[in-house]
Amino acid sequence: MWEIRLHGRGGQGAVTSAELLARAAIAKGKFAQAFPSFGPERRGAPVQAFVRVDEKRILKREKIYEPDIVMVLDPTLLDVVNVAEGLKQDGIVVVNSPQSNEELKNRYNWPNVAAVNATRIAVDILSVPITNTTMLGALLKASGIMEAKDMEEVIMDRFGPKLGPKNFSALSKAFEVTNIN
Amino acid sequence: MTKAKGLEVSLAVAEAVKQANVDVIAAYPITPQTHIVEELSVYVANGELDAEYVPVESEHTAMSASVGSSAAGARTYTATSAQGLALMHEILFIASGLRLPIVMTVANRALSAPISIWNDHGDIMAERDIGWVQIFAENGQEAYDLSIAAFKIAEDHRVLLPVCVNIDGFILTHMIEPVLFIDQKKIDAFLPPFNPALTLDPKKPVTMGPVGVPEVYAESRKQCEQALINSREIVAEVFDQWGKTFDRNYKLIEKNGPDEAKSLFITMGSMGETTMTAVQELTDSGESVGQVRIRLWRPFPKKEFLNAIAGAEELIIIDRALSPGSHNGPVAQEVKALLYDEPVKPRVHNVIAGLGGRDVTVKDFKKMYAMSRKNELDPNYTIWGVRSDA
Amino acid sequence: MAESAICAWQKLELGTAITTPGNSAELRTGDWKTLRPETDREKCIKCGMCSIYCPEFCISEAEDGYYPADLFYCKGCGICANECPKKAISMIMD
Repeated sequence: MWEIRLHGRGGQGAVTSAELLARAAIAKGKFAQAFPSFGPERRGAPVQAFVRVDEKRILKREKIYEPDIVMVLDPTLLDVVNVAEGLKQDGIVVVNSPQSNEELKNRYNWPNVAAVNATRIAVDILSVPITNTTMLGALLKASGIMEAKDMEEVIMDRFGPKLGPKNFSALSKAFEVTNIN
Repeated sequence: MTKAKGLEVSLAVAEAVKQANVDVIAAYPITPQTHIVEELSVYVANGELDAEYVPVESEHTAMSASVGSSAAGARTYTATSAQGLALMHEILFIASGLRLPIVMTVANRALSAPISIWNDHGDIMAERDIGWVQIFAENGQEAYDLSIAAFKIAEDHRVLLPVCVNIDGFILTHMIEPVLFIDQKKIDAFLPPFNPALTLDPKKPVTMGPVGVPEVYAESRKQCEQALINSREIVAEVFDQWGKTFDRNYKLIEKNGPDEAKSLFITMGSMGETTMTAVQELTDSGESVGQVRIRLWRPFPKKEFLNAIAGAEELIIIDRALSPGSHNGPVAQEVKALLYDEPVKPRVHNVIAGLGGRDVTVKDFKKMYAMSRKNELDPNYTIWGVRSDA
Repeated sequence: MAESAICAWQKLELGTAITTPGNSAELRTGDWKTLRPETDREKCIKCGMCSIYCPEFCISEAEDGYYPADLFYCKGCGICANECPKKAISMIMD
């Protein structure tokens, strides 16, 4: 089972990311859960969302305390929240950052890092610095849970004919350029 | 078999209500029930559902309007949470006293004060004695299935009582997970149109809700109570029929884990799945432990429950609500009262866990088990994880 | 006491509904009066005030325009006599 914790700020779409990932996994015949850290949220406040993906039925309804993967939408969170709290020993931090994997690894002492400059990609393709769909591309590449194309249907369904293709294109771009080490 | 769809459980419940082809929805939005009634209002607004949506000004009116529309012969649905359910309080008794088959979703949430929007069972436990059939769903699929089955149970002429389906607020209402949907045609075949036994009809007038003088009131209450007791069999029948028709089987009381388990967790609602994982892990490490889930809370299925716990030496009863000033939480009270007449009684531990949205994890259940084995749990009840200086 | 119950619970209508509404009309409420109203037709101006004030609603206009009380329901309270602007109603022993 994959246990994934998403970190973002209120309004950045972490909850939507979680939802899209779970929906795509379910559409592919997997079992999945996605849920927010429930409660009233302020725009800009650090928020979390959670995703579980498995090949069999998931019998667990608790938050994720020991994630396999942590995904960080906003680089400014890194010095505010310990995003890697509870991360498994061989876990991966998928992070939106202009820095290289090596730089981040040395600085934060994470076991595995997959960094991508998602803000750059989002601004180039979507013209807004909203990275939630872009970062899903990096997450999929780093984890191997699914292929980028497995996200196309739910992205189109969620964002419609105007924004759907752009979001999918940003996701695909991140999938293409992300490396893990 | 059709493919599962990933969506928020609230939307699955709204879909179920739509597919049940309700005539009237009277509801007031309250977190965490909101997404259910929002979605239904969209269905009504865009014509997908031919129903009257009554945007009432309070939950008291939501239930009052539901009583009126059900009495007029309309298939009626409402949903609420916490303070909203509390505000309905007095009308809830009228719905059952008048034998009106209203269906309500309760997105279980803790009661104020302090204000909490998060889950526990305090809201419905304060309404134990309203005379409604009360069912607890464990996951999104159950929430969808039982929301449809609820109408069939309620409207059965041997029942004719309101039914409330409890789904844990946020933990289920805001969860995105796979749900298998059923074709409309199959649902229509399973759930025929509402055929009320008695309606408000100007051509054939009746008086509903007259004075019950002392010479009538006791008999009137007995009639309702007997209908509620009898409903146990009809709930089982409808679950059985559901299993045969849709290949998903539900029991009033469900036992998981090894048959001969010496210790049994007793749970209600969404906590059951997490407990199952703990039970599996404990069993794998050689412990003799299982789980019993209460799906039907009112009427309490005594026979099925006693069968399920037969042979167990110890029960760890998890309550998600306090009963302040009592000996135990509500579920443990129920079970202990039942055990009084039994010749052989298991030891009972009562853990009150998950109040106001406090997370209850696999680790927690394993720790409860370990403490029960060492007799470290309070003889009455333990409020799990409550921080104390003492 | 079981003897005080009107009927067995099994015989009650669903939800204790009354399926013969309006059956209170069958209840004779005027069986205990001491006095009953009598109208002096010479004085009566057919204004109907007695009918308006009657708390039992048992006074209504007859075909001839006068307002007789229905003694099946009249309890003999005397309000009609009190309110009559022409003092046309007197209360006499029943």
